[in-house]
Amino acid sequence: MTRQRSTVLGVELALFAAAVGVLAILPHWLSDFRASEVAYVGVYFIAIIGLNILTGYTGQISLGHGAFMAIGGYTTAILVGHHSMRDLWTIPLAGLVAGAAGLLFGVPALRLSGLYLALATFAIAVSLPAVLKKFDHFTGGTQGIQLFGRPNYTGKGYQNVHVLGQTLTFNNWLYYLTWTIAAVLFLVAWALLGGRAGRTFRAIRDSEIAATSSGVNLPMYKTLAFGISAFYAGVAGSLFALATTFVNPDTFPIVLSLYLLIGAVVSGLGSLWGIALGALFIQYLPFLSSKYISKAPGAPSVAYGVILVLVVVLLPLGAAGLLKRIGVPLTNRLFKRS
Amino acid sequence: MPLLQLADVEARYGATRALHGISLTVGEGEIVAVLGANGAGKTTTLRAVSGTVRRSGEITLAGRKLGRRGPEVVARMGIAHVPEGRGTFAGLTVRENLKLGAYTHRGRTPKVDYDRMLELFPWMARREGQQAGTLSGGEQQMLALARALMQRPRLLLLDEPSLGLAPTIVAEIFRIVRALNEEDGLSVLLVEQNAVIALETAARAYVLEVGRVVLTGTSDDLRRDESVRRSYLGY
Amino acid sequence: MAQFLQQVVSGLATGGVYASLALALVLIYRSTRVINFAQGEMGMFTTFIALWLIDAGWPYWGAFFATLGMAFVGGVLLERVVIRPVERAPVVTVVIVTIGLLIALNGAAFWIWGGETRSFPSAFSTRAIHVGGVAFSIQDFGVIGVSLGAVLLLYLFFRFTKLGLALRAAALNPEASRLVGVRVSWMLALGWGFAAVLGALSGMMVAPLVFLDPNMMRAVLLYALSAAILGGLDSPLGAVVGGLSLGVGLNLVSTYVGFVGDELKLPVAFVVILAVLLVRPVGLFGRTTVRRV
Repeated sequence: MTRQRSTVLGVELALFAAAVGVLAILPHWLSDFRASEVAYVGVYFIAIIGLNILTGYTGQISLGHGAFMAIGGYTTAILVGHHSMRDLWTIPLAGLVAGAAGLLFGVPALRLSGLYLALATFAIAVSLPAVLKKFDHFTGGTQGIQLFGRPNYTGKGYQNVHVLGQTLTFNNWLYYLTWTIAAVLFLVAWALLGGRAGRTFRAIRDSEIAATSSGVNLPMYKTLAFGISAFYAGVAGSLFALATTFVNPDTFPIVLSLYLLIGAVVSGLGSLWGIALGALFIQYLPFLSSKYISKAPGAPSVAYGVILVLVVVLLPLGAAGLLKRIGVPLTNRLFKRS
Repeated sequence: MPLLQLADVEARYGATRALHGISLTVGEGEIVAVLGANGAGKTTTLRAVSGTVRRSGEITLAGRKLGRRGPEVVARMGIAHVPEGRGTFAGLTVRENLKLGAYTHRGRTPKVDYDRMLELFPWMARREGQQAGTLSGGEQQMLALARALMQRPRLLLLDEPSLGLAPTIVAEIFRIVRALNEEDGLSVLLVEQNAVIALETAARAYVLEVGRVVLTGTSDDLRRDESVRRSYLGY
Repeated sequence: MAQFLQQVVSGLATGGVYASLALALVLIYRSTRVINFAQGEMGMFTTFIALWLIDAGWPYWGAFFATLGMAFVGGVLLERVVIRPVERAPVVTVVIVTIGLLIALNGAAFWIWGGETRSFPSAFSTRAIHVGGVAFSIQDFGVIGVSLGAVLLLYLFFRFTKLGLALRAAALNPEASRLVGVRVSWMLALGWGFAAVLGALSGMMVAPLVFLDPNMMRAVLLYALSAAILGGLDSPLGAVVGGLSLGVGLNLVSTYVGFVGDELKLPVAFVVILAVLLVRPVGLFGRTTVRRV
């Protein structure tokens, strides 16, 4: 590893540790309500990492990631709501179920190039609510599944939670739960993408033909990317269900998939570092829009759409690109000094 | 004043420079050929004139500077470019291809122009409704030429018309070009790898190497030149 | 038997709606290789404008044609302002831009007109007409007529006018088109204009049936995408045939296959898309090939 590379690595680790530190103590300054909002930011954070692995790294565009979140969310809801399973165990399970769905979809997806894949995933996301409503025996149909007050649901949606000798309000519990998982999954993604798998993914994105002729097992890697990406979305969906205390077919609409895409684009496809900004963007835009633009419903959507177009046109590398532009000269300076 | 004048023209594809300062002229009623090996910049020269490639330097047509104008405007100024590979609209019929040639003229396609094409290329009369993509190579080349003529151009740019065609067809095409030049005074800038037929047809020629003019003169002079004979005429 | 015929006719009517929107999608795809995901929302937005005119006192057909005109201008403007900057970008980028447009237009409709459903007047009477002893809805025939009429007019335009020829040429071979003096960039904008008109038509024909609200075209878009894929994304004939077949097919399936009923029509559309893309990606009438590695 070159000296510059190890310096960059060192800086990245330091940033990560700093971020963890800030996140750990942030709730002291946040109101209870704010804590739950930031918990949702964590949920989007995880989902966007997943989408980024798929779209930013292997170049497979998905307009239906909300559907994988729905699978994860419904898995948790069914297990906790109908079968009284311990909610924490359902989180990895939800991820695995969604991941399996991703692997399954990844196989036919191999035959679909960019535009057609976007189309197929769009179609999934638009038609999923109908499926959820139809199989109401499982899914609770239009009513959905209520988690509030269920046994084995940590905090039951309103109670204080006792963990590691501390007493947390429900919202603070959500905050720490989502962000701990987010931090762990971020490290996993970072390790994965920094190594061989990551380089392979990027090679696939840049040129499938070149990658194949270099001996890359294209179908395996592309399907794997789908599976991993869906796993992340599933975990995010599960946490989303736990945070919202219920699920129904309208909890995961097509716009969620589109907002995730916006978050991924704003963060900067193909890089992990801007994702926090993308997640913050999705969570807080509606609020900022209603404060500064107009209270009318629909105003946030206009803002989302316009910003998406502007970012794609003017700042194709998103927030990560911006960070890189500032950060690279900085690390260059550090390297020169050491 | 020459009809077409190129002064120190440079052209690039992205970061690669293809023309390093080309200067040439085509007089009114002249056929001028551009010769050279593959990659010498012959096609790029034509593209520079029609505005299909980014170029710098001065290009004037009958005294008017072309500047940075793109192909759509250059076509309206009276330059018809038959590109390498014919450029026929494969999905459209023969009739539609011809009509497109007259696109820059206001109103409906002048019947007299259309009939003239059918005179020059009699086989088209029977195949007006046929899809251009199903024509043979030679027929497509003739269609491309006819389409260009429908523009009523002051200057015709012909890129490698002999490419991939049988000698008899090539001879026919060049006979037509020569006839148009002699009877109608059509000015032609011709790019050809087949130096023999190019020098038979053109009055003057330029030889290009790696984006530069290395030799120029009348066809007779060039036919007698040692280097030309060895490199391009094969004897 | 009577029910079967009724379902076929009403299927043709909804099929006409899908066909119009599918044709719009194909128009844009042929010239730019891009799927305009915002096509439905563009149609919805113009339908709201039509209602606004009607509420302001305009007669139906006056509002109808005025809306078509405005849709045309709107489509051209959108292409010039939003799509032109990314004309040379990779397809995926342009798709994301159309998604942004989808979201923005949807939000704008909510913002301007709010989310309640409204009724939209029909161009045709809702009475029944009896043919051979079977009762059909005049409205269905009207919708079929308008949709097919528009398609026919567009066909005549493309086939027999100079501008139509230029539009086709620009889509087929932009480089050669420039050489004959066609302003390819403007042809793209005109294509968007015509597509917008078709979208507006689609919206105004479907609104009386499903009531107008900002999310009205969401499902119609999916059906139109299905139809376009089924027929072949680069085939206008395919779009029309695909749309009509899908309309009839979905109607029959939802009537006679109890499990599907009305609730699973959208997933059926998805299955159609997936099946076509996996089995015969170019669709029934399409010609371009899908690259496979």
